[in-house]
Amino acid sequence: MANADIRVSVIGGGLAGLMTTIKIAEQGHRVDLFSLVPVRRSHSVCAQGGINGAVNTKGEGDSPLVHFDDTIYGGDFLANQPPVRAMCEMAPAIIYMFDRMGVPFSRTAEGLIDFRRFGGTKHHRTAFAGASTGQQLLYALDEQVRRFEVEGLVTKYEWWEFLSAVLDDNQVCRGLTAMNLRTLEVKAFPSDAIVMATGGVGSIFGKSTNSVICTGSAQAALYQQGVKYANGEFIQVHPTAIPGEDKLRLMSESARGEGGRVWVPKKQGDERDPSSIPESERWYFLEEKYPAYGNLVPRDIATREIFQACLDGYGVGGGNMVYLDLTHIPAETLDRKLGAILEIYEKFVGDDPRHTPMKIFPGMHYTMGGIWVDYDQMTNVPGVFAVGECDYSIHGANRLGANSLLSCIYAGIVTGKAAVNHATGAGRGETLNGLHEAELKRQVAINEKLKNQRGPENAYSLHEEMGKWMTDHVTVVRYNKKLEETDAKLQELIERFDGIDINEKIYWATQALPHARQLYNMLLLARAITLGALNRNESRGAHYKPDFPARNDEQFLKTTIATYSREGPEFSYEPVDISQIKPRPRKYDVDKKAS
Amino acid sequence: MADTVRLKIKRQDGPDTSARWEEFEVPHRKGENLLTCLMDIQKNPVTADGKPTTPVVWESNCLEEVCGACTMVINGRVRQGCTALVDKIEQPIKVEPMTKFPVVRDLMVDRSRMFESLKKVHAWIDIDGTHDLGPGPRVAPDVQQTRYVLSTCMTCGCCLEACPQINPRSQFIGAAALNQVRLFNEHPSGALHKDVRLEAIMDDGGISDCGNAQNCVQVCPKNIPLTDSIAALYRETTWYGLFSWLKR
Repeated sequence: MANADIRVSVIGGGLAGLMTTIKIAEQGHRVDLFSLVPVRRSHSVCAQGGINGAVNTKGEGDSPLVHFDDTIYGGDFLANQPPVRAMCEMAPAIIYMFDRMGVPFSRTAEGLIDFRRFGGTKHHRTAFAGASTGQQLLYALDEQVRRFEVEGLVTKYEWWEFLSAVLDDNQVCRGLTAMNLRTLEVKAFPSDAIVMATGGVGSIFGKSTNSVICTGSAQAALYQQGVKYANGEFIQVHPTAIPGEDKLRLMSESARGEGGRVWVPKKQGDERDPSSIPESERWYFLEEKYPAYGNLVPRDIATREIFQACLDGYGVGGGNMVYLDLTHIPAETLDRKLGAILEIYEKFVGDDPRHTPMKIFPGMHYTMGGIWVDYDQMTNVPGVFAVGECDYSIHGANRLGANSLLSCIYAGIVTGKAAVNHATGAGRGETLNGLHEAELKRQVAINEKLKNQRGPENAYSLHEEMGKWMTDHVTVVRYNKKLEETDAKLQELIERFDGIDINEKIYWATQALPHARQLYNMLLLARAITLGALNRNESRGAHYKPDFPARNDEQFLKTTIATYSREGPEFSYEPVDISQIKPRPRKYDVDKKAS
Repeated sequence: MADTVRLKIKRQDGPDTSARWEEFEVPHRKGENLLTCLMDIQKNPVTADGKPTTPVVWESNCLEEVCGACTMVINGRVRQGCTALVDKIEQPIKVEPMTKFPVVRDLMVDRSRMFESLKKVHAWIDIDGTHDLGPGPRVAPDVQQTRYVLSTCMTCGCCLEACPQINPRSQFIGAAALNQVRLFNEHPSGALHKDVRLEAIMDDGGISDCGNAQNCVQVCPKNIPLTDSIAALYRETTWYGLFSWLKR
């Protein structure tokens, strides 16, 4: 018995969640949209550089197939190829869709959309809106969703946090539980399908370029309910972040795309002002080592080189920073093409990057791994879908710049259709009696325990400790011994979690209790990430082990899958679909040869 | 003397309870912003005179001044907490919630009226659908550049907070929503529904309630030319009023 009057819930109001919402509403179905914040403030606003699509308006012979090859190659062949190809083929139409929504993409003299170059490609393929493309794309979708809200098809639940899926006896999803972040009321929402669009896991690393809400808590909650988590060990560290006390702020790859040059003084510990260091005494190490791509090598390579230069004592003033220099480009050009990101630097550091080289260092940036999904974006639990950064599907071992916004939209478009299909055919049956109430009770009990628990630990301090361990040992360079120690530390933190006191007596709009819940979930997911890294004895994309410096296709050209158990994550592996492009060594010191 | 930051924070437990001030002293770190201090209080929620208290509640997300969440009144000026660099402001740093929106708790306020206003002014382009219909209309680079600046509005609320016309006795919609009307009316397809937006701001609480104090443009963190937008809309609504009268 098919459902005519279906209801789908989307969790997360960033690009992927909003695109899914629009696609479902366009088919005339109702959507409940849950978000931790007003959706217009979602983390997608932070994406600066742009969105890829091989529109080939520059006459460079670009095509979706070249884009496909760049993406697979950039991802070090770990991504299943069919969905990546489908995404690249859809990309030009996606850019045109945003164009029609009124996104102020930067223009050529002829009034066409302008494209810029990004890392890991030789083509001008990235459409951009000033230097806040993510913000502009998110606003466009937010506006279209508001239209459907006015029409009554979309109901927003802003300030609600996803807690769990409601699963029936056959492990089929029948809804979700969520918590109102003002009243702390926990409620069950029956739903014929749920779509997770909950972004990356930056908060697990303490400081990252991610927004505050990117905790991975929702993914981790589902993981504990049997949803598979794939390739967790693949975490992108962005080469150019601005170190800060509260977060690492991104300096967009477009700074390099527009001609920014990375260098350090040739003399170690040189304390001169950068402008007084002559050209001959500067070491442009990326240009020297990678003549074909220069400063535009992919992120993992730039990250390791910067990290290594600092480790070898060449960092600015002997510290952990290198110069990213734009001062050779006219200020007017910089303002037009990079205005917003330069303002960010100015505002947060106090120097003017038009006249002083910026100081940057790598920072945790993107979660390539995530919830396992099939080619319809559905997880192993029927009725639970995942889209965007929280799913693992597109970017393999390393994401190319300006592919993230694209992957969000692609996944949303695919899921809009797939979720409706599933929901329509799912049937509701008689089996749902008491199901939602039982899950609700379980979630309320977790809150009550945290409220009444007293002990010496502070959740924010535990969080800081987890972040430090994860950043130190599970980012740029990984050693098995350190990974083992990190896992032991995580287990210790999980034990200490029982000793936390949330220091709160007033439960209205408190952040303490939701944070404590998130922290527990993050700790469990951190173990899946760390142990996934420990098990993968090779180097591939963003995952780099000095003790295993080469890619090992024979043993590790496979997807890591973590499944939750009370004793800890259990790992299995799945072959990668390499049916279209045969793996070849990934090198950026010479031009990439297309397959 | 220990290197610390002194803060005076206005606390309020809920929408209907009274406010109180609490003082804090937290470690100082070079280059930090105000939110880092609030995070320190979370780790050790104790006032300057040693009394245990609850962690301060505030709203924040991107910490890069692009989401608009962490707007608050700092030393008497409305701004984002993430860009309030401690080394550049006077201590004790006085932190209060915005006054033109209902307080939820502590520094967190309810800005939903701003999102409701976006519905009222028809702040979207009426596309036929998200399926592939080819590119949109061509746009001249200078039009794009004008629109881009208007489109960086992050609904933070600074312009409403600073506006004397926003008060309990007025319905004024505020500069942010008016600016959206201009943003969409200047797009070639958006202009097809220009009239709907103009009519929306010719109602009560619309453009004629602007008192031209020009505070909005001074506090806008994105330097959006809000008063230019309002002036442009004055002209448009005047013409529209005249034209639609002639049409009758």
